[in-house]
Amino acid sequence: MSNVGIVLISHSPKVVEGIKDIIRQVIHNVPIELAGGTEDDEIGTSVDKIQQAINRAHNEKGVLLLFDLGSAMMNAELAVELSDYDNIKVAENVPLLEGAYVAAVESGLGKSIDEVLESAKACLDL
Amino acid sequence: MLLTVQDSINWIRLTNGKVQENREYLTTLDQAIGDGDHGINMSRGFNEVMSKVHVSEYETVAEVFKDVAMTLISKVGGASGPLYGTAFLKMSTALKGNGKEVDFTSFTNAIDEGLKGIVMRGKAKEGDKTMIDVWAPVLKLLKESEEVDPEQLAVTAKVAVEATKHIKATKGRAAYLGDRSIEHIDPGAMSSYYLFEALAEVLST
Ligand SMILES: Nc1ncnc2c1ncn2[C@@H]1O[C@H](COP(=O)(O)OP(=O)(O)O)[C@@H](O)[C@H]1O
Ligand SMILES: [Mg+2]
Repeated sequence: MSNVGIVLISHSPKVVEGIKDIIRQVIHNVPIELAGGTEDDEIGTSVDKIQQAINRAHNEKGVLLLFDLGSAMMNAELAVELSDYDNIKVAENVPLLEGAYVAAVESGLGKSIDEVLESAKACLDL
Repeated sequence: MLLTVQDSINWIRLTNGKVQENREYLTTLDQAIGDGDHGINMSRGFNEVMSKVHVSEYETVAEVFKDVAMTLISKVGGASGPLYGTAFLKMSTALKGNGKEVDFTSFTNAIDEGLKGIVMRGKAKEGDKTMIDVWAPVLKLLKESEEVDPEQLAVTAKVAVEATKHIKATKGRAAYLGDRSIEHIDPGAMSSYYLFEALAEVLST
């Protein structure tokens, strides 16, 4: 059985690499794909990178997208609209690091994408 | 008024010229209230748009706008990419039913949809000191007219962009500056002015 995939989107490749390292210390059975920086790995975000990460993370359980600042959200939403899959959700108003950690834990327990999103939203209450 | 496929390509070409010419100026504006990359972002994006449009054959205006949209979305980097990209994508969708030529009513409707796209994507509103502050008055002018007066179009956009100087930013990066954002023109409003100035030039020939 597969688990909800997670895509981490940040203006910096280093940010998402670091977050993935933190999660991987504990969680190994959840797809975590990265979309950090622009196409040239400069500071910014890239719709193409996000789309590729979605495609790698995707399975029948769906994919949850987490992002850091302003334009990352715009590009995350665009990537979802341009995608052929329909079980992809953007975690709005969720802090990237804490949200991704909680989402990975919940996904690893076999939860549905809606349950994973709910828990991620409440991540700061833990 | 009729906008042909060739007109729409000319519009993009003229916009590209203005963006490249004013690349440093856009960057200076963004240095004052943002992160200083708007000139670079727009210059890179429109360069790519021109390369794409040059080698393509188009049957409809909608197809031109679709290519502009997809290129800006993937090449600009920064908020202006998804914002302008979404605007052109919505304009393209709005014009799907039209063919080689677009009439005034359809064009006004396309600008309306484009602006709605910017608002949906960025969740800002008029008066937040963004590109919306140029798009909204331009749309208002088009809606109130029966024909485009190119001169009036350019003047409306010019007055609108100058007016962003006096607004305090509440959205985007500039919002973090609060009162310090006053007395500076918004960079995205300026690039939108180039877009509509270029449109006025196309429509007056
Ligand atoms: N949420 C938003 N809604 C509408 N326009 C916005 C928004 N955020 C930024 N902008 C526009 O984008 C311009 C900045 O573009 P750019 O510098 O390319 O991107 P970034 O802000 O990511 O550095 C601003 O001057 C403003 O006009
Ligand atoms: Mg900027």
